[in-house]
Amino acid sequence: MPDRYHIHAVPTPARFRRVGKFGNVDWREDCSRCSNCVKLRCTYDVYRQESAHDHDPAAPLQTLNGCKACLSCVQGCTKGLLGVSVNPEFLDMGDAYWKPDILLTTWNQSDAGKIPVSGAGYRGRFHGPGFDSIWTDMSEIVRPTRDGIHGREYISTSVDIGARPLRLEFDSGGRLLTEPARLLEIQLPAILDMPAWQVQDSHLAEARAMAAKELCSLAVMTAADAAALPPERLPFVVPVMNGDDILESRALLHAVRMAELPDGPEVAKLASDMRSVNPELTVAVRLVLRPTAADRAAELARAGMKILHLCADQHGCERPGNGKPGRHVKDVLREVHVRLVKDGLRDTVTLIAGGGIALAEHMAKAIICGADLVSVDTALLVALGCRVCRDGHAMCSDGRCPVEIGSVDSAYAAQRMVNLMSAWHSQLIEVLGAAGIREVRRLRGEVGRAMFLEDLEKDAFGDIARVAQSRVGA
Amino acid sequence: MSTTETDVVARTRAEPREHPSRRPDSSDCQQDRSAREVHPAPDRYRNAIGKYKIDRLASCISCGRCAEVCPQGVHVKPGGYAFTVRPHDYQCVGPECARTDRFCVALCPQKALSLRRNPSAECMGDPRWSSDLILATWHEAATGHEPPPHLECRHGASGGGFDKLRFKFEVEDPERPAQVPAAEIDTGLDLNHRQDGRPQVHIDIPIYGGGMSFGSVSIHTILAKARAASAWNSFTCTGEGGYPDRLKPYDDHVITQVATGLFGVREETIQRVRMVEFKYAQGAKPGLGGHLLGDKNTPPVARMREAVAGNALFSPFPFHSVYSVEDHKKHLDWIKEVNPRCLVSVKVSTPTDVDMVAVGSYYAGAHIIHLDGSYGGTGAAPDIAKKNIAMPIEFAIPKVHKFLLAEGIRDAVTLICSGGIRTPHDVLKAVALGADGAVIGTAEMVALGCVRCACCESGRGCPRGIASTDPELMMQMSLEWATQRLVNLHNAWREQMVDVLSRLRMKSIRELRGRSDLLCYLSDEPDLAEEVSR
Repeated sequence: MPDRYHIHAVPTPARFRRVGKFGNVDWREDCSRCSNCVKLRCTYDVYRQESAHDHDPAAPLQTLNGCKACLSCVQGCTKGLLGVSVNPEFLDMGDAYWKPDILLTTWNQSDAGKIPVSGAGYRGRFHGPGFDSIWTDMSEIVRPTRDGIHGREYISTSVDIGARPLRLEFDSGGRLLTEPARLLEIQLPAILDMPAWQVQDSHLAEARAMAAKELCSLAVMTAADAAALPPERLPFVVPVMNGDDILESRALLHAVRMAELPDGPEVAKLASDMRSVNPELTVAVRLVLRPTAADRAAELARAGMKILHLCADQHGCERPGNGKPGRHVKDVLREVHVRLVKDGLRDTVTLIAGGGIALAEHMAKAIICGADLVSVDTALLVALGCRVCRDGHAMCSDGRCPVEIGSVDSAYAAQRMVNLMSAWHSQLIEVLGAAGIREVRRLRGEVGRAMFLEDLEKDAFGDIARVAQSRVGA
Repeated sequence: MSTTETDVVARTRAEPREHPSRRPDSSDCQQDRSAREVHPAPDRYRNAIGKYKIDRLASCISCGRCAEVCPQGVHVKPGGYAFTVRPHDYQCVGPECARTDRFCVALCPQKALSLRRNPSAECMGDPRWSSDLILATWHEAATGHEPPPHLECRHGASGGGFDKLRFKFEVEDPERPAQVPAAEIDTGLDLNHRQDGRPQVHIDIPIYGGGMSFGSVSIHTILAKARAASAWNSFTCTGEGGYPDRLKPYDDHVITQVATGLFGVREETIQRVRMVEFKYAQGAKPGLGGHLLGDKNTPPVARMREAVAGNALFSPFPFHSVYSVEDHKKHLDWIKEVNPRCLVSVKVSTPTDVDMVAVGSYYAGAHIIHLDGSYGGTGAAPDIAKKNIAMPIEFAIPKVHKFLLAEGIRDAVTLICSGGIRTPHDVLKAVALGADGAVIGTAEMVALGCVRCACCESGRGCPRGIASTDPELMMQMSLEWATQRLVNLHNAWREQMVDVLSRLRMKSIRELRGRSDLLCYLSDEPDLAEEVSR
């Protein structure tokens, strides 16, 4: 019996103090030093920890923002002098897509691989754009396993990459004509992709390769980075080749199991060239998401390309190229998936969706929208402490990164990535378990097991009169 | 049977009301009933939090002018004292006051006063439970009445669902006066519509308390909910943590829950009550079962659950003996056999086929179908489940209501909703969408002082002593105070519901059921503005 898939998360504390959400305590004058706040009111000992931290010469310089904003000290202060506020530095992190809360939860998950659990109900907006307008289904009765999702029975998260023959063909003599299937099975429906923007990447590429080996997944990187890795890591590496480096990279192509080619007019020929070097090689096409993605995907599928890696921008949107905002990857994925289904091509290709995959639920929802698996890019940087600075990523290249990602140790980075993927894997199992599904393969394109905002609103509120929000104010 | 303003009178412990349905053998305990009286129950902390903060500079000369002009009692200069005391700024109504001639900041001769938003208050807000909503609920619990206008008490800021729905008159004619005398308006509900020979159970308000287990919340919280339920002739629910003996005096207002872990479920607890709830799923973690973290499994909790203290306790999902509606009926029959006088409620979450689930539960014999939407509260749940799994209750109610109507069984079953019911306006909107009534949970916790810091599950539990079994933390809140807060909350909610019903020209909340034609949906598209007027 094969080993059960298990990701070994190891507690790996962040190198820098995280930017906390609360804790900017306003301590006005006239304090009577009663210590009520320190000794009695703070259930979490934040005051004592702050004090110990501030007096520790070896501690990082950043403030320890451990406050949970229970307001017990504010309300219990003998003289009513204390006030807490949301940390402006926290609000200043990230951007409209990579929101501070996403960064914080990603850091927490990368610490030890635990899934985020909290009390009270959902705290966010009712819905939002993109993946936030989808709810996944659950079942009151059907269960995927008899003894719980973490029990002895197994919820599979493995997926196949590559062409699976739809039927076997034989000649008149009964000899098999169909080529044997070249399937790459990975245990997690996520591969580790390159950062969406220019970062000093070679040590991170090594970290991704190490993490991919641990995760039984794949790490995407440039051919140059891949060539610099030790041979034992190469089976878990996907080099992105261009037309010029194929001949010079024969050794690399022999060592890897999969490679990617950027989309272009010569892509089919280049893929053929690569397979002539290594017939076992699985070749994917890296396709930038544009409004014509569905047409191009069908075209590539007909041309025999079996793996399409659809790359949105870091906010999960297509790049229309005319200055207008593009559609979200969920909409593009549904279009591509349905188009391939209609053309009878869907089962001949593997779709990898990338760009804007920021949370575990994005992985599940992208698969529901039609992807076989996803690629994770920016989230891996966030796992290392990245704050997705807003200044066009200039800070990454000129050495001003506040968390010094350029100096991170590869093994440390790999473990943080593994921890994050471990937490995502557990959360994916939660979603599958709730829906009563035992393997992630069955989630692909299962829009019937999801609920979309536009459908729900039409069903529930379609017969209710609409009034402009402006008539009642904000 | 109806409930009107004249019924809303004090019923003291000395006057327990007998229920005609009571059998002599149903409860071996004298029933207690708390008073339905509104009394002030101010914040239990030394410093109450308000929306605004008044700062007073050292240049203040304590002339007392501010105390003279402030109509809200923010500034106080006690007689015989040389100084004004620290401003009671939690009572301040904010910049609105500047439109009057009693604005302390403008009238201070030393210009020593300034007004600002209270940053501490902003810390406890989130889109679903905005800071205003929390402060408004605190005000309702403290006073028993609707909060002042500077606190938005009707909806949150989540940008969808109830927060986008309004009654049409709120948009077209916000000043529409009351049309029906408040004393004539009935907010009560009958819960048994099956005509199956079982007793009728009536509640005086269209809400009752959601399940919170002993272990997830303190005994004071449980008892306060039960006492408030007894005062308002409504119900509270034990959750899945057993039936503490201290609840026995309130048996008539307790729903005992049978959930998948069967913690603390015994025949005598089922026989004791008028209503039993089968919990199939919980909205905040649909399809995932329950989880009491080890830290909260203290020795008393473990005794109640017949478990080992300190161990995390899991309620598996789902019922392992239910694979079909027939199995479900077998469960309900079991309960009905054990207690021939009880009603049975079935609590389910909101999957895509929630309408089919509801019909199945009806045919299995449920008196009440309780839909728990995905944005509901919890003591601990994976964040991914809270936000992403199953649909919000706003979508589930009309789906189920319309399906039950089409099946011709709508009037034979009571439809109760929960999971994101934060205000009396949410209750009314839910009823207009098709529910009969609602179950509330988080609102009661907020009334007791919850700030929604989301730390219910960590370490010793709730730092405010509400959702904690830690002996030290839970003693922060007295039972008397907590009971009064909840009694006040229900009164404030009922007053607001009566006000809306009156303006809708309705004499009973039952007239509102399914009247979605009275609602409008706020759209971001300006060109739809004329639809209502057409």
